Amino acid sequence: AKAILGGSWWLANVLLGMWISVVLALTVLPAMFGLSLGFTDLYIKVLVKTLEWAALRIQRAQKVPKGDSSMEEEIVELRRMHPHPLTGGNFTLCDTFYFCKKGIESIVEDQVTQRFTSEELASWNLLTRTNNNFHYISMRVTIIWGLGVFIRYCILLPLRIILAATGLSWLVIGTTLVGILPNSNVKDRISDLLHITCYRICARGLSAKIHYHNKENHPKKGGICVANHTSPIDIVILANDGCYAMVGQVHGGLMGLIQRSMVRSCPHVWFERSEMKDRHAVAKRLRDHVADKTKQPILIFPEGTCINNTSVMMFKKGSFEIGKTIHPVAIKYDPQFGDAFWNSAKYSMVAYLLRMMTSWAIVCNVWYLPPMSQQDGEDAVNFANRVKSAIAHQGGLVDLSWDGGLKRGKVKESYKEAQQKMYSSMIVGH
Amino acid sequence: MGSRASSLLREEDIEEIKKETGFSHSQITRLYSRFHSLDKGENGALSREDFQRIPELAINPLGDRIINAFFPEGEDQVNFRGFMRTLAHFRPVEDNEKNKDPNSGEPLNSRNNKLLFAFRLYDLDRDDKISRDELLQVLRMMVGVNISDEQLGSIADRTIQEADTNGDMSISFSEFIKVLEKVDVEQKMSIRFLH
Repeated sequence: AKAILGGSWWLANVLLGMWISVVLALTVLPAMFGLSLGFTDLYIKVLVKTLEWAALRIQRAQKVPKGDSSMEEEIVELRRMHPHPLTGGNFTLCDTFYFCKKGIESIVEDQVTQRFTSEELASWNLLTRTNNNFHYISMRVTIIWGLGVFIRYCILLPLRIILAATGLSWLVIGTTLVGILPNSNVKDRISDLLHITCYRICARGLSAKIHYHNKENHPKKGGICVANHTSPIDIVILANDGCYAMVGQVHGGLMGLIQRSMVRSCPHVWFERSEMKDRHAVAKRLRDHVADKTKQPILIFPEGTCINNTSVMMFKKGSFEIGKTIHPVAIKYDPQFGDAFWNSAKYSMVAYLLRMMTSWAIVCNVWYLPPMSQQDGEDAVNFANRVKSAIAHQGGLVDLSWDGGLKRGKVKESYKEAQQKMYSSMIVGH
Repeated sequence: MGSRASSLLREEDIEEIKKETGFSHSQITRLYSRFHSLDKGENGALSREDFQRIPELAINPLGDRIINAFFPEGEDQVNFRGFMRTLAHFRPVEDNEKNKDPNSGEPLNSRNNKLLFAFRLYDLDRDDKISRDELLQVLRMMVGVNISDEQLGSIADRTIQEADTNGDMSISFSEFIKVLEKVDVEQKMSIRFLH
């Protein structure tokens, strides 16, 4: 009996080893050559059909478009029926109605806080995590959901973890090895191939299906690539189609290890925490990097924080003051297959990655926009807004002026002061 | 399965809120989701800080007064019932409500109650009168630093003069109603709630 048990363990180990090798061969080799065996495409097709078949289409009330009337128009409307004052300033007791209404509207729903939590779906996609407002449950849906849980957690998750681990460890080992080579064209080409291969393996580890549009606008060397930010995965998404010099803060732990090895094979821009405070030093380092035409374009996320991919929030002007060509990129994830947004207040990085790996898939569109440069007489803030609008327009995202920093910080007093000033001019008429 | 947030809200509670405020079932569950998302401390009640976290409300010149309207006298927390009761003032007035049961009392979103909400915004010490001082303070909130004390004072004086009919140099609720009798309160103090 013991022999049989021992024998079956050995057999299980062999089979597991064989299975892993086959999987790795089928994914790693194509990844090196940028080929796709079409597994992911087929999976996505099957998934879409299944979701449609089991879909619960809840009728969601159409968002009532808010009237875009200004403070002035609203208050003039209010005062229309009120007896006119004879002397002094132009104030009426009903003026407060305008502020009340605006205030209560923002309590019921506001444009900002909703951007820091995951988007609500129009119909359920069979993941428990998105089941917030859907009540109807039927037997067939429950069965499919159960099947989905089994497939995602028992089959896909282990596979994806292996792939991701493979991709990351190859990245660390490979870049360290490449770093030993003397600087040369060959070294650069090997480094690029290595980076892309590893990112492609990581993308397989997320079952990512990425569609790149307008590849002719791909960011060039010596340029600055800016994109809207939804999650750390944005880097994997973009790096699957090109090599970028990453910009970011130095981390400790595993991230730090990856950062240190990456920079051995090709230049990235990592900042110490203390350096980030000095805006001029930051700008200088970026400028120096971009001036070197042999270096890869730098990748920057000007929002400074992760947003939930329904809108683009204020772009920090720092990257737009460097004075080089900006290559805007718009990234839009399809929430039906998995929610890519990293809510850092709710989930740690590890918890987030596990969520990603137990979603159906990551499906997204990437649009490369034509390069933009600062125009004469245009200041950095306006330039940043112009680029932001272009990205929002292409990605079908709401263009907001609010600062992504409001996720954690308070809003500036100056906005309230601006409102007060506007209202005052209505009272005294200048 | 089923809605995660509203699983903390019992059907009996929803029915009671429905009766008291007139909101529909789906409106109540939707607003409960919103309440829950604002409740960062997850203790089933909102504090003033929870409201202040909404940027559009924080920059509203009357933001503090509006937030205050949710909190009963002397309290620092508002539960979901209180939240809904206050929001109910802003429910649009529907025609078919006019023929309701006369014993159910005045609905929270009647013209009178909407005006009462606005009146209480001015009445800082809750003594049912708007004094010159209170009016000045609210005006100061709305205009910031952009108007001088003298000018603001004369605006306050003139406003009280126009409204005050019994000569006590302050505005009572009935005087308030009289001054605003021609204003379309039902429309201006209502917001659209999604179904």
